[in-house]
Amino acid sequence: MSHADSPELAGTELEKLRSAPLSNKARMAIPAQDMPCQKPEVRRGNMGEVAEGYGKEQATLEAERCLQCRNAPCIAGCPVKVDIPGFIDRIKKNDFLGAAAVIKRTNLLPSICGRVCPQEKQCQLPCTVGKALGGVEKAVQIGRLERFVADYERESGQLSAPAAGSSTGRKVAVVGAGPAGLTCAVDVRREGHRVTIFEAFHKAGGVMVYGIPEFRLPKALVASEAGVLESMGVEYEMNFLVGRTRRLSSLLSEDGYDAVFVGTGAGLPKFMDIPGENLVGVFSANEYLTRTNLMKAYNAAKAATPLYPSRRVAVLGGGNVAMDSARMALRLGAEEVRVLYRRTRDEMPARAEEVVHAMEEGVIFDFLTSPTRVMGDDSGRVAALEVLSYSLGEPDESGRRRPIAIRGSEKVFPFDTIIVAVGNESNPLISKTTPELKVDRWGHILVDEKQKTSIERVYAGGDIVLGAATVILAMGEGRRAAAAINEVIQ
Amino acid sequence: MSIDAPLVARERKAGQFVIVQCDDDYAERIPLTIADADPEKGSLTLIFQTVGASTHKLALKEPGDEIVLLGPLGNPTHIGNFGWAVCVGGGIGLAPLYPIAKALKAAGNRVTVISGARTAELLIMQDELNAIVDKNIVVTDDGTAGLKALVTGPLGELCRENPPPDIVVTLGPPIMMKFCAETTRPFGVKTLASLNTIMIDGTGMCGGCRVSVGGETKFVCVDGPEFDAHLVDWTQMMSRLGAYKPREKIDHDRCHLEIAAETQGGRA
Repeated sequence: MSHADSPELAGTELEKLRSAPLSNKARMAIPAQDMPCQKPEVRRGNMGEVAEGYGKEQATLEAERCLQCRNAPCIAGCPVKVDIPGFIDRIKKNDFLGAAAVIKRTNLLPSICGRVCPQEKQCQLPCTVGKALGGVEKAVQIGRLERFVADYERESGQLSAPAAGSSTGRKVAVVGAGPAGLTCAVDVRREGHRVTIFEAFHKAGGVMVYGIPEFRLPKALVASEAGVLESMGVEYEMNFLVGRTRRLSSLLSEDGYDAVFVGTGAGLPKFMDIPGENLVGVFSANEYLTRTNLMKAYNAAKAATPLYPSRRVAVLGGGNVAMDSARMALRLGAEEVRVLYRRTRDEMPARAEEVVHAMEEGVIFDFLTSPTRVMGDDSGRVAALEVLSYSLGEPDESGRRRPIAIRGSEKVFPFDTIIVAVGNESNPLISKTTPELKVDRWGHILVDEKQKTSIERVYAGGDIVLGAATVILAMGEGRRAAAAINEVIQ
Repeated sequence: MSIDAPLVARERKAGQFVIVQCDDDYAERIPLTIADADPEKGSLTLIFQTVGASTHKLALKEPGDEIVLLGPLGNPTHIGNFGWAVCVGGGIGLAPLYPIAKALKAAGNRVTVISGARTAELLIMQDELNAIVDKNIVVTDDGTAGLKALVTGPLGELCRENPPPDIVVTLGPPIMMKFCAETTRPFGVKTLASLNTIMIDGTGMCGGCRVSVGGETKFVCVDGPEFDAHLVDWTQMMSRLGAYKPREKIDHDRCHLEIAAETQGGRA
């Protein structure tokens, strides 16, 4: 915890700093500001948001740490090229709404990105302050500032929507209301084209509503950002599965759409391919999280979708989805939750903050461990998991050290629930019903540098192209596709 | 239940299903088979049994009410001219069997249906089926209609004919489909079963509907719902269907209490 936890303290410090123009040295002397959070022992018993966000003073103090580098390495690290020094400068001047407007030039979902982007691998990685102080954790906390600004704007009741251009008479179909689709829809709508978003679920947001839990990304916030699109005149067709309710080709040839963007997201969950994975009590993280998030199973008094009663839970995987599943299982009352990962903490793909939060909440990590089989009881329910220990060898193609199984190290631990969070295959529906659409051997849609697929006027982006990626990378692809669509149909 | 859903009514083919939800807030997503569709009117016919809280609530909907509906889902039945097709339906399974039998007949097959139910009053779709098929063999558990037998009785007899059926399609309770598979297996008669597993999205995302077919994991929503009945791991499929039994029982009891309270309140 930083010493500037309380806003009052931040306030006094700020006054002291403001008494004279700050030198770069003085700016770098300000410690990186921690975000106030619900205490671990409290939050593991509720669904409320873990991090509470900066107040005005703390945000301004953090903003003062930015050196306003001319070359702005942070912008180069951002997939949607937010003008980071620009918005931070507005915060320094107490112009929080102005700061929001700067972000929104390139990113319409800042309250979401501020919460779920892996900033330590993007904008904050090349930050000059972090480099000079010898650690990315000491970089300017750009994500927390983005979140502050976005929340300030929303809470002020002055949420601004980008203006839609004058009508062009062209129309574009966006398939999937996730981060890629929403971003693409905004950028296409700005040009004045009509936009219809087709969504298979009954709520907009894609992974932001079915996957990322309430305690990390409040659903009201996603609904509010998706609502901004409606105020721009974007239309939604909910409960509509392109590929089944209507074919992709029919949208173009019969329904008069001038272009289509496919952002259908993650597909079939991957499993470990070990014996016993279809026993009752083994869930894909997709299923586990969809039940609890989108279907609200955490509210057992109201929700019709049932939850599986879990006491001892094993989560397989080391990414954000694994962290979300483990922390959700704790909140739903599991007595013990263990994350099994075959490498070590250093190689974990999860966002650093989520790993820290999970550990604080009491999730136990078994590193260098991977399961070999799931064992069931007489009624076909999970009873135990057999695991094998690993050591790390030479780096593999991904640059991470390859895990090597230690022979004879099998051990058996009792569990009643196994959540598999090792990624997704692609969704086969659109490619199966659109044979001309070229996909790779994993079923991901092949696109060129402008996100164009093998079919004219059809673009794709997000997880259906990238495999399991992040919200912000999906947004980057949606944005690139929108630019190409705007160019082609103008 | 007839539902106004023009796009789904136009696109749907025999063997496909839909997912319905009573509302878009706390309601559950229920996969239901499609009994019939009228593309001109734009309507779908769903026939379902009230087995739990959610289907009870669905049954209480009144004309003009709205529900959430997604579809059509799953792969259509592969319809061809196989020669002699035997369609075996049990209970509520007779509803989705009807469009399949109809399509098989239209494709030039000789179609025999075996209609099974616990008792005469649960025997559905009989007029519709009788109007289109070559022969309809009726069986009930208690003998109140047709033969007092299980569907596997006449199915075994048909398999012993020379030549045996070219294809058998079975829809109904899992235990019935399992025994249909065991009945046809010794005769080597190709047998398809349409599975109705637990699922959430129904679009290939959650993986809750997975089953082992021939030792491989398959997803009912995108790989099915029809599979080779001789290759399905029925024991596993049935244990997965029972995953939430204890909770379902509690919800169902609660639902009855709520319905009772509401109707009595309404009368007062």
